[in-house]
Amino acid sequence: MKSSLIKSTVIFLGLFFLYFPILVLIFYSFNENKRVMVWKGFSLRWYNELFNNEQIIEAFIISIKIAALSATFATILGVMIGYSLVRIRKIPFKSFYIFLSSTPLVLPELILGLSMLLFFISLNNVIGFPSSRGQLTIFISHVTFCIAFVAIIIQARLTDFNKNIEEAAMDLGYNYTKVLYKITLPIILPSIIAGWLLAFTISLDDLVVASFTTGPGANTLPIVVFSKVRLGLSPEVNALSAILMFALIIIGLFYFYFNKKFKH
Amino acid sequence: MFEKYFVFSPYFWLVLFFFIPLAIIFKISISVSEWGMPPYQDIFLFDNGFKINTTFENYVYIFSDYYYIGSFVNSLILALISTFFCLLIGFPLAFYIATSNIRLRNILLVLVVIPFWSSFLLRVYAWKIILQNNGILNVILLNLGITSEPLQLLYNQYAVIMGIVYTYLPLMILPLYGYLNKFDLNLIEASKDLGLNRFKTFFKVILPLSVPGIVAGSLLVFIPVVGEFIIPEMLGGSDRLYYGKILWEEFFVNRNWPGASALAFSGIIILVLPIVIFQILYSRWSQKNEI
Repeated sequence: MKSSLIKSTVIFLGLFFLYFPILVLIFYSFNENKRVMVWKGFSLRWYNELFNNEQIIEAFIISIKIAALSATFATILGVMIGYSLVRIRKIPFKSFYIFLSSTPLVLPELILGLSMLLFFISLNNVIGFPSSRGQLTIFISHVTFCIAFVAIIIQARLTDFNKNIEEAAMDLGYNYTKVLYKITLPIILPSIIAGWLLAFTISLDDLVVASFTTGPGANTLPIVVFSKVRLGLSPEVNALSAILMFALIIIGLFYFYFNKKFKH
Repeated sequence: MFEKYFVFSPYFWLVLFFFIPLAIIFKISISVSEWGMPPYQDIFLFDNGFKINTTFENYVYIFSDYYYIGSFVNSLILALISTFFCLLIGFPLAFYIATSNIRLRNILLVLVVIPFWSSFLLRVYAWKIILQNNGILNVILLNLGITSEPLQLLYNQYAVIMGIVYTYLPLMILPLYGYLNKFDLNLIEASKDLGLNRFKTFFKVILPLSVPGIVAGSLLVFIPVVGEFIIPEMLGGSDRLYYGKILWEEFFVNRNWPGASALAFSGIIILVLPIVIFQILYSRWSQKNEI
C-alpha cells in the first residue's frame, strides 16, 4: 500500500515536470497583453497576428519543404543502411560503414554544422558549387544527420524479423529482388513510416545545423523563432508554440502507432 | 545486384557529406591561419616546388589558453551535473513505469516521450517564461512567503542546468526503461525473501542489473550536452562560458577558422572517438558470438 503510494507520487511528479512548461506556454499564448508576463485577459489576438506575419509563414513553408524532402531522402538511404547491416554479409570496410552510419547520432550538432559549412565553402572553392548557401545546403546537411536515425529503427526492426518468411519465399522461387520488394519491404513498412516521421521532426526542429548551413532566402522556422526569443519573449512565438507543440505531438503519436505495430 | 546499390548509395552519400567534411575540419585545423578569405593558407604549396605547409599552432593555442580549456571544463562539469540529475529523476520514473502493468506501461511510456517530440527550442523557451522575474515560479514563491522579493532565476548556470535536465530527460528514461523492462521482477521478491531490506535490494540487485541502461542513457545525455549551444544561449548568463559558445564565437565572431576547427576536432577526439571504438568492438563481438 505504502509503496504503491510512492510509485504514484513519483510518476505524477515526473509527468507534471514534463508537461508543466508546455501548459504554461499554451496558457500564455492566450494572453491579450503585449507584455507576455502580465495577464490582461483571454484573447486570440496573437494567433491572429501570427497568421498575418509573413516572415513566420514563409519560414514555416521553407521548413516544411526542407523537412519533407530531407526526411524522404534520409529514409531511402537509411533503409538501405539498415538492410545492409542486417542482411548483407559482404560489406567492404564494414567497421568504417558502421562508423559512418552511427557517428552522426552522437556527434554534437555544432561540430556537424561547422564541418558541413566548411565543406560547402571548400567545395565551392574547388568546383564552384554551391556558389551560395541556402535551402539546398540545409537539405543536404539534414539528410546526412537524419540517415542514422532511420537506419537504427530499420536495423532494429529487421533484427527481430522472422527470416523464415524470406527463406520460404526464396524456396518458392522468388529471387532476391522479388523477396525484397514483395516480402521484406511491405513487412517493415510501418517502421519505414516511423523512420520518416522521426526524420521529418528532427529536420523541422533543427536550429544549430541549419544556422551554419543557411544562406540568403533560407530562414527556417527555428532560425526565425530563435532570433525573436534569444534576448526576450515574443507573444507571437507563444501562439506559434501552442500550434506547433500540438502538431508535433500528433506526429509523435503516429510515430508510436507505426513503430509499435509489429511488436505484437 | 540490388545489394550493391543498397550498400553503396548510402556509402557514397556518407563519405561525401559526412566523412569528407570531418576530414576538412581536420585539414583546416592544421592549416596556418592568415588574414584573408579563406582565413587560412593551403596545406600543400606548389609555388617553389612541393611543400607541405601544416602546423599544430592552433592546437597549442587553444590548449595553452585558459579561456578555451576553462570553457571546455565548464561544459564537462555542466554535462556531468545534468547527467546526474537526469539519472536521479529518470531512474525512479523508468523503474516505476517498467514495473506497472502492461496497459498502463505503454500509456506512461508514450506520455514520457511525447514532450520530446514537441519542439526543442520552444521547450527551452517555456523555461524562459517560467523563470522570469515576474514569472510563475517567482509568483508562487512570493505568495508562499518564501521570499519577499522576486529572485533572479534566469540567466545563470542553474537555469541552464534546469533547461538541460528538462529537455534531455526522455533521452535518459528511454534506454533505462529498455533495460528495466527486460528485468525479471521476481528477482526483487526473491531478494526480499532472502532477507535483504529495500535498501540492500536496490544496491545489490536492481542497480547492478540496470548498469547497461544507465551507461546508455548517460552517454545519450552527456555527449550532446557538452556541445550544447542553444540552452546556455537562451537561459544562461555571462557567469559561465561553455564549449559550444566558444566554438561558435571563434568561428563567427573571431573568424578564426583554424582555431574553431581545432576546437571542433579536439571535441570529436575527446568525446566521440571513445564511443565509436566501443561501438565497433561491441558489434563485432556480438556478431561473433551469434554464430
